Amino acid sequence: MSYYDFLFVIEVLVGGLLSGVMYSLVAIGFVLIYKTSGVLNFAQGSMVLFAALTFVSLVERGIPFALSLLITFAVMVALGFTIERTVLRPLVNRSPMTLFMATLGLSYIIEGAAQLIWGTQVHGLDLGIDDTPFEVGGILISSFDLLAAAIAAAMVAGLSAFFYWTRIGLAFRAVADDQFAALAVGLRLPRIWGTVWTAAGFVALVTGLLWGARLGVRFSLSLIVLKALPVLVLGGFDSILGAIVGGLIIGASEKLAEVYLGPFVGGGIEGWFAYALALVVLLVRPSGLFGQKTVERV
Amino acid sequence: MTFFSHLRKAAIATAFVLGATAVHAEEQYFPLQSYRVGPYAAGGTGFFGGFIDYLNLINIRDGGVNGAKLAWSEGETQYEVEKGVEVYERLKSNPGIAAWNPLSVGIAYAMIDRITDDKVPLITINHGRTDTTDGRVFPYVFPLLLNPYSETSGIVNYIASKEGGLDKLKGKNIVVLYHGSPYGKETIPIYELLSQKYGFELSQIEVPHPGNEQQAQWLTIRREHPDYVVLRGWGVMNPVALKTAQKTGFPADHIIGNVWSNSEEDVIPAGDAAKGYTAITTQASGERYPVVQEIVKTVYGDGKGNLEDKSRIGSVYHNLGIVNGILNVEAVRIAQAKFGNRTLTGDEVRWGFEHLKLDPARVEALGAKDLFHSINVSWDNHEGDGYVTFQQWDGKKWNVVSDWIAPDWKLLRPIIEKSSEAYAKEKGIKIRTAEDADAVVSN
Repeated sequence: MSYYDFLFVIEVLVGGLLSGVMYSLVAIGFVLIYKTSGVLNFAQGSMVLFAALTFVSLVERGIPFALSLLITFAVMVALGFTIERTVLRPLVNRSPMTLFMATLGLSYIIEGAAQLIWGTQVHGLDLGIDDTPFEVGGILISSFDLLAAAIAAAMVAGLSAFFYWTRIGLAFRAVADDQFAALAVGLRLPRIWGTVWTAAGFVALVTGLLWGARLGVRFSLSLIVLKALPVLVLGGFDSILGAIVGGLIIGASEKLAEVYLGPFVGGGIEGWFAYALALVVLLVRPSGLFGQKTVERV
Repeated sequence: MTFFSHLRKAAIATAFVLGATAVHAEEQYFPLQSYRVGPYAAGGTGFFGGFIDYLNLINIRDGGVNGAKLAWSEGETQYEVEKGVEVYERLKSNPGIAAWNPLSVGIAYAMIDRITDDKVPLITINHGRTDTTDGRVFPYVFPLLLNPYSETSGIVNYIASKEGGLDKLKGKNIVVLYHGSPYGKETIPIYELLSQKYGFELSQIEVPHPGNEQQAQWLTIRREHPDYVVLRGWGVMNPVALKTAQKTGFPADHIIGNVWSNSEEDVIPAGDAAKGYTAITTQASGERYPVVQEIVKTVYGDGKGNLEDKSRIGSVYHNLGIVNGILNVEAVRIAQAKFGNRTLTGDEVRWGFEHLKLDPARVEALGAKDLFHSINVSWDNHEGDGYVTFQQWDGKKWNVVSDWIAPDWKLLRPIIEKSSEAYAKEKGIKIRTAEDADAVVSN
């Protein structure tokens, strides 16, 4: 292998890792909800679309950037509590499959509402971050991707601290461990769920802004959930650390596979390669690399 | 407020659908399988908006086509094949259907056998199956102006013109980045053929659907150091390609987009990364063309404009819709000259399309000079030898940067005939003759 080839491998690897961070951002939103309510929230992608579309539409109407961000966050808080009140609360104690189907329906409602309110036009989203690459030792690195990685890292650190060192975080973990026991000791489940959906709304907003700046704010933003699913399977549905590590592994491996295996099988393999990898992990570790092993008394 | 204007439009659309069952005497009806929500809504609202704006212009300004009012109703497909077929089943019993215009490869494929049985034309402007160009085998399908092979030839001819001639292509390196779908793969063999004919090196790289991640593909491109990248994209794949090209240091002015990578929706989300990007088109964008100005004055002035966002008037998809309207209306007009000024059958309109000859003088008379070049459809050539031009994005708008360019139709025709004849053999279809084409069902 020549020095140039070696550099190329590193470049593909770095590009993949940075892409993986973007997948992790989406996955974290899923983990938050799953951790506290055991629900795989299929509406997370729609929430990303809704948040980004609301933000960009406000900015285009002349509202300052910071105020638009604040208003959008308020909208996401309202959305989180509305979902808890109208969807989750009536379905408390129902099977996970029922809750999953509810979020699936919710996904369509949020997507439809987003387009009904803000229209279907594609919007550009400029966050003012320069995306021209810079060179480090012969490798081009995107400054935008680096910043996205920093934001993701900050968010993970913040969420981890929140979960482990705050009272509400402790309550989240208690609810995640056993809803009935949490209720028995006086924890207010609706309030906790409302808060956690708000947190997921915040993650959706950050994700929507970063992905929206990459893809444009358009309907297909909601499809980025497809990138998060293998990350969740690989990292574990209830682990924030797993979402990060899973994202990095998926990002790096799918890019390396596309470049080095793709030409032998006709190319275009990264779409399914991530799922194949996740499937292999699922066979070996059904809870994912960092997921909590479920032990049930029978 | 957008929400209330949506409600108003929904109410009007419902009224249209309910009213459409009672088509009046001398009305020509267009069933529209439109998509105004879903992932491709931006294209759908622009195209169908332009199409409806033109039909409205003819009704308001001329009182219809020689007295026959134009009517239409919409069914939402979200660009999904099963919904497109469902809308077809729902609307096909309306009387006086002139033609179907689904603007979707998938829906069009699903309709070919059905509309052939119904004897009603299916228009796939700028897209569709290449071999439907051969009217001997596909009597009711019309890939008007440009089929995918002609598009490929037009792009290669344009690159050649930039390099100083077709002979200068020898030794050049061209990468085709295509969408991982039947649409994206349609042109693989023709690029191979042109590569062999002109001696340029060729790599064709697939981007999996939907195309929101292309780091690996563009790093591979960077390693190959191509002279040009042809972008055969769709939807979100296009701005992501332009942004990733910027990230990997490939210049935008050496990326040539195909006809479904040429809209404002493809470049605006890419921001500065799209500056200098060039794409093929069959119709120019902008509002300066008399027919577009007339639509603004007459249709939008009358409060009947279809686009909610007026800034989209003259956009690529809107103008494509207008051109599509012109071609449909002129086919009806030509058929009326033969069969009488009345509501025509689908087969009579098919005859009209097969005699759709609009030379530059007629195009100018229609107020569309420089909007599109010309068309010359015949019973066996359903594409109609459309010319192409190239437009470059300056960060705010498209600017035309080439003359009208003719694809190499002579080179392509034998390949198309080979494919269509194989299809005819497989399906047991009798190859039509000119006499067959002149036999028209009038009731």
